[in-house]
Amino acid sequence: MVGIVIVSHSQRLAEGVVEIAKMMAPEARIAAAGGLEDGTAGTSFDRILAACEAVDAGDGVAVLMDMGSAVMTTEMVVEALEDHAVRMLDAPLVEGAVLAAVEAQAGTSLDGIEAKIHEARDVKKLA
Amino acid sequence: MIDNKKFVAIVQATAKRIEDEKDFLTELDNAIGDGDHGINLARGFAAVEKKLPELAEKDLGAILKGIGMALVSNVGGASGPLYGTAYMKAGAALKGKTEMTPEDFAAAFDAAIGGVQMRGKAHEGEKTMLDAQMPACKAYKEALAAGKDMKAAVHEAVEAARKGVEYTKTILATKGRASYLGERSIGHQDPGATSSLMILEEFEKAL
Ligand SMILES: Nc1ncnc2c1ncn2[C@@H]1O[C@H](COP(=O)(O)OP(=O)(O)O)[C@@H](O)[C@H]1O
Ligand SMILES: [Mg+2]
Repeated sequence: MVGIVIVSHSQRLAEGVVEIAKMMAPEARIAAAGGLEDGTAGTSFDRILAACEAVDAGDGVAVLMDMGSAVMTTEMVVEALEDHAVRMLDAPLVEGAVLAAVEAQAGTSLDGIEAKIHEARDVKKLA
Repeated sequence: MIDNKKFVAIVQATAKRIEDEKDFLTELDNAIGDGDHGINLARGFAAVEKKLPELAEKDLGAILKGIGMALVSNVGGASGPLYGTAYMKAGAALKGKTEMTPEDFAAAFDAAIGGVQMRGKAHEGEKTMLDAQMPACKAYKEALAAGKDMKAAVHEAVEAARKGVEYTKTILATKGRASYLGERSIGHQDPGATSSLMILEEFEKAL
């Protein structure tokens, strides 16, 4: 199963997004990497790295990020984890997390999840 | 010529300067960001300082790489991956060297800026640290080409960076957090450009 990591400046936001994703995909391998070790806001290279390693069961990891340094720090984790298939997905954090978790739980590959996320990117909330 | 011992002393001075200017940098970031640039960098450079003893005997490439990794792991904001990549790329440019010539510094500076651009996808004129770094690097290289020595060339770089910081007051942020403020970012100087100026000033003082 593809693993999922939610990266945010806020630990509570990352954990909240995981909570929402688990409502529809309780079996998904999904981890929160939010905030800094000392509890303040920010993005932690070490936390993101540890989360990616923890959820990777050999089928790769999809990472969703909030903004700014969350994206740049994740990029550095991807470069550091050369021997894991870790991929950043460009999507709204909550919708992307729910979609990725549902797909991952259903056994969709990392490529498949990425394609689904891109398809869903233009979906409107207020149609 | 700068050897690894001298370079370590420069980094120690830089760490102290950042610690001393922590509140000022944070204040600048309060105006157009989330008010943590000084806190972020002070945390990062404190981690760098702690790591310096184990790096001190290595070559310049390894020292720079170690500094970059400490910054990436400890800063916590955008300046972490940006400065982290900058130091790591500079390290790659100086791999295996125990001394840095004026030309080596130009190559390392170029590589560092390339790293910031690769990571942040910004250009000059977007109100970021690049607005101090890019004119500084250009001025340094022009001064060398005009026959000036390293000290004089670094002085030119510092002057150009200072002008770059002033310039950031006049422009709109289109990258980073400050871009969410749009027009309201005009009139404020960029925190990252300011810390870049400080890093260069410490370099100049040591020459
Ligand atoms: N994409 C980017 N490219 C270059 N520099 C950037 C970019 N984004 C932010 N910066 C620099 O980072 C500084 C802010 O750093 P910091 O406060 O530590 O991070 P954050 O914005 O995540 O809180 C800005 O003042 C700017 O100079
Ligand atoms: Mg900030």
